Amino acid sequence: MRGIRSAARSRWLAVTVGAAVALTGLTACSGGVSAPATTGAGGTTASAAGGSGGCTNEIKKPNAAQVTVWAWYPAFAGVVDLFNESHDDVQVCWTNAGQGNDEYTKFSTAIEAGSGAPDLIMLESEVLSSFTIRNALVDLAPYGAADVKKDYTDGAWSDVSSGDAVYAIPVDGGPMGMLYRQDIFDKYKVPVPTTWEEFATAAQALKDAGFPGVITDFPTNGRAYNAALFAQKGWTPFTYDTAKPTDIGMNVGSQGAKEVLTYWDDLVTKGLVGTEDAFTPDYNTKLVDGSYAVYIAAAWGPGYLKGLSDADPTAVWRAAPVPQWAGAATTAINWGGSTFAVTTQAKDPAAAATVAKEIFGTEAAWKIGIEEGALFPLWKPILDSDYFANLEYPFFGGQQINKDVFLDAAAGYQGFAFSPFQNYAYDQQTAMIYSMVQGERTPDKVMDDLSASLLTYAKDQGFTVTK
Amino acid sequence: MSTSTLAPTSRRLTSRRPAAVSQIDSHRQRWGWFYVGPFAVVFLTFLVAPLGYAFWLSLHKKTLAAGETFSGLSNYQKAFTDPLFLGGLGRVAAYVAVMVPIQLLVALAAALVLDTLATRLSQFSRLMIFIPYAIPGVIGALMWGFLYSPRFGPASDVFGIFGLAAPDFLSQGSIFGSLVNIVTWQWSGYYMIIIFAALRGIDPSIYEAARLDGASGLQTAFRIKVPMISSSMVMVMIFSMIGTLQFFTEPQVLRAVAQGAIPVSYTPNMYAYSLAFAYSQFDYASTIAFSLGIVVFIGSYLFLFLTRKQSGLS
Repeated sequence: MRGIRSAARSRWLAVTVGAAVALTGLTACSGGVSAPATTGAGGTTASAAGGSGGCTNEIKKPNAAQVTVWAWYPAFAGVVDLFNESHDDVQVCWTNAGQGNDEYTKFSTAIEAGSGAPDLIMLESEVLSSFTIRNALVDLAPYGAADVKKDYTDGAWSDVSSGDAVYAIPVDGGPMGMLYRQDIFDKYKVPVPTTWEEFATAAQALKDAGFPGVITDFPTNGRAYNAALFAQKGWTPFTYDTAKPTDIGMNVGSQGAKEVLTYWDDLVTKGLVGTEDAFTPDYNTKLVDGSYAVYIAAAWGPGYLKGLSDADPTAVWRAAPVPQWAGAATTAINWGGSTFAVTTQAKDPAAAATVAKEIFGTEAAWKIGIEEGALFPLWKPILDSDYFANLEYPFFGGQQINKDVFLDAAAGYQGFAFSPFQNYAYDQQTAMIYSMVQGERTPDKVMDDLSASLLTYAKDQGFTVTK
Repeated sequence: MSTSTLAPTSRRLTSRRPAAVSQIDSHRQRWGWFYVGPFAVVFLTFLVAPLGYAFWLSLHKKTLAAGETFSGLSNYQKAFTDPLFLGGLGRVAAYVAVMVPIQLLVALAAALVLDTLATRLSQFSRLMIFIPYAIPGVIGALMWGFLYSPRFGPASDVFGIFGLAAPDFLSQGSIFGSLVNIVTWQWSGYYMIIIFAALRGIDPSIYEAARLDGASGLQTAFRIKVPMISSSMVMVMIFSMIGTLQFFTEPQVLRAVAQGAIPVSYTPNMYAYSLAFAYSQFDYASTIAFSLGIVVFIGSYLFLFLTRKQSGLS
């Protein structure tokens, strides 16, 4: 009796995750939901299981050593072909194993099983410590990581290294800016805000002037997005060093984070911002159909917007720096960004490290990444180039958004430490902020309860916790 | 099965020619094993061994920082005091209390109506009621996710006709009802077929006798049909109850569009899934899975015990 139903359920268990992610494009990934990435996530899942076997791409030189790679970058096929054509000794066998959490779930299971992981894997920098603590990533220092250190900014390098150890090679970043609808602000004669105080005033002014939408959305499941907003007021919830894996410093319930949350709670209570979940079909439509006047976004945000349907054809998008807190020093924040890491299951770590260092190590590769994939490069030769600074984006009416917004934001970003149980921390954060929006918790209580729950979890997981 | 049919034969043979028979007997038994073999291999490899492994895991505690240690039953102690697990259990218990009776009533009503009709329309209706069950659970939940969507769903149009604002089906307050609706839609047709089949098994001459005695249609339905199919109804209820205690697919799919209203620990199965695959706590996830299994076993046993008269198992 039990068999009938439970078999039916377990059969769908695997599919559920895939479908859920395909539906939404879950995480704050650098790739966004452009068409190739999304369809790839669903379509190639089955072949991803072994880590080897069928590749999505064609192997140009069959006699060379192969490195299996999981990644979900948009327009990655061109980058892979470019690498394979220009290398005789090593070839990339690429699989799209899903975006963000979808891929991490598979990787995590492969770690537990002891086999099935790829040689090289795309990971967002925020999850690196979640995998180093499980001894799943290879230290790249012996494989010449130091040679490429000069090609990256200090902030980007600090996100992937600990002392001399290097656990990944940076690829793209997510410096944040404010994408806004110039036409909406013009129509209702509201000035574009530059501080959060002006932002609240503008929200009220738009509503008073009869704008039917809201200025922006405050998604309770924003995860890295919400964390970035807190970070602008100095939130450093975790201090963690991979060299001392069992020690963690925690200061989750800080005054700054409470102030940021109080600010948003106020806007929510007054009905000046939406509280829709992010990354749902409803939210995606509202981003582009004029329901929101502002999209606080990372540098990959424009690529995300371009992939959405039902867009308002008359929309005039412009980019501006993310609002600042009045009286405080200008603080750049970051959302997402990814790296390539070599797994401990790699058959040939040296070959995998070569791929990690070189696949996004050419201007030709980055031109594909930037122009087709809308990625924000962390590789200095292209980051510092005139080409990138002067690039005009048709989506923004020819605005040079990198020069105007994102290059400064990237240069000012100081780095952010994530916990080795980041997924749990995000899930708790989502639950707590949702309860605030529902009126069950005050902003202060949200941060205090979140702090207490993460502290309990850290201790239960055997960490030595310091303040 | 094979042993019970062999038994009388062998006894008869034994009385005649003892020596030769035991040879035939053991020969046959060997063939018996041969036939059972394929099933036994699959059964052991894919059910017993994973269960044993999961139980073994559940006796360990693996933390991110401190590694793996044998912890005996302490995980179980933790599980049955874990507010997230107990909260999930409470939630599925509420679903059992609401969803099982609704499904049973819908299925029974549909089956009784269809049983009295013998037209083309009834055949067509039977198929239509059954069709939701033929739609894979994930697809059904995805579909309902869109129907519930304030933007893509029809609710705002329908309520707009009466000048009302559509309710948010995915909010904290209404998600329970929304999920009950999905599951009822999906499974009632399946239960209807079970009950309908049981109704078809009743000897029609009983109805004739009832009619001669002056019983009305309703009286025939409730005084004759329902009591005669009570064992099928018990079976439907136990299916429904076990399935509901293992509630997973629908909330997991809807979570993608309602992450606030459906937390990761919404049902015990979802909690076990998150623990294993999102938080890499495979040991504790096994404990949760076994704890849920224990609860389901006890619940089913109690239910079967309480309904032993109706199910004819006593």
